[in-house]
Amino acid sequence: MPFSKSDMARRAAAEIPAGAIVNLGIGLPTLCADYLPAGHAYLHSENGLLGMGPFPYEGDEDPQLINAGKQTVTVLPGGSTFDSASSFAMIRGGHVDLAILGAMQVSARGDLANWAVPGGKIMGIGGAMDLASGCRRVIALMQHANKTGEHKLVATCTYPLTAARAVARVITELGVFDPTPDGGFRIVELAPDVDRAMVERLTGAPLVD
Amino acid sequence: MIGRHHDKVRGDVASALDGLDSGMTVMVGGFGLCGNPEALIAGVIARGVTELTLVSNNAGNLGKGLATWLRAGIVKKVICSYLGTNEDLHSRMAAGTIQVEVTPQGTLVERMRAAGAGIPAFFTPTGVGTVVEEGKEKREIDGRWYLLERALPADFALIRAHTADRFGNLRFYRTARNFSPAMATAARTTVVEADRLVDNGTIDPDDVHLPGIYVHRLVEVREHEDPFEYKTTRPRPEGK
Repeated sequence: MPFSKSDMARRAAAEIPAGAIVNLGIGLPTLCADYLPAGHAYLHSENGLLGMGPFPYEGDEDPQLINAGKQTVTVLPGGSTFDSASSFAMIRGGHVDLAILGAMQVSARGDLANWAVPGGKIMGIGGAMDLASGCRRVIALMQHANKTGEHKLVATCTYPLTAARAVARVITELGVFDPTPDGGFRIVELAPDVDRAMVERLTGAPLVD
Repeated sequence: MIGRHHDKVRGDVASALDGLDSGMTVMVGGFGLCGNPEALIAGVIARGVTELTLVSNNAGNLGKGLATWLRAGIVKKVICSYLGTNEDLHSRMAAGTIQVEVTPQGTLVERMRAAGAGIPAFFTPTGVGTVVEEGKEKREIDGRWYLLERALPADFALIRAHTADRFGNLRFYRTARNFSPAMATAARTTVVEADRLVDNGTIDPDDVHLPGIYVHRLVEVREHEDPFEYKTTRPRPEGK
């Protein structure tokens, strides 16, 4: 059985060291927060919030307390709010230890494409490029291939790049893989009942040991 | 002679927007619909100006906030970081009736900060190796590549604050702060819509988020819609 979405989020959460400052991207990465012990790490949201808590209880929503996905959230004791310039200075300045981001394509050298599909509607860049190039470590949390079997772990990205050589580790339903400087994915870990041949078939770049 | 910081409090929105003319560049605070100066946004439409260049992270959403400017046809260009589900912007961009410049969010706000701080341009690593670097100077500094990005000033900044004193010292609330402080520094004229106007001295000087030197006009507006974009919750356990 490959990893389920919650297995993937749990596996990615295991990459978060105690006491780290972490930015979780929109979508699947947001689920990682559910697998962090209380007080383990501090969540940063680029719209100007550090020490972000879970979604509010029904009835406690505040439209002026949101995350970067514009969802209502809470702030934990010890948390702080600040303006966008400070928030991106934290990111660019290397103060955010880890970003776990969704991805459309990751190349075997760690190039990240996660903001636009060629010919598709342009959703915009948002904080993606700043996070990918500024955070000290970037993990891509993504499906290994798309629904039609088209590769998403590729030799060279064909989608517009978010940042070059930015991704240190990729976590998919098939396992954990590290891009390498020479352009291959190193297998760190395989999900249960997943073998190398299956990964090879679903990966558009060489696997290296 | 009257200085720019004499008597900033205006009695209504219309007089607070005095001098905001067609063709100007206007920055408007808010992250999506969070932290919008709602009355000032409505006031600009009522003023009847057109051909504005709008600088905003999202230019509204769900037909609300700055999406009302797009629908009113008063914007010729938008400088933003994210369009997302803003269909009013997508459709006008596709039809070619509004020009859209998309900028990384951190670069967008830093361009404002630079404009307000007397820095004409700066090098940033964000966007290197992407479409963002097209037409920009690139330089290697200490082994890493950077793009030269230019400061972004504006004619007007329209922002929302939680509390303002009569000098324009501001406090913001939660994540409603976002772009507003940087915009206030980047604009020639900054107009503040404050939920609450208090006397000077009420805000402790150590608790001021944005000093009043960046604020030129103030209008108190007590009622706001503050719409939700995505209301996300968890079930309330018994007894909480």
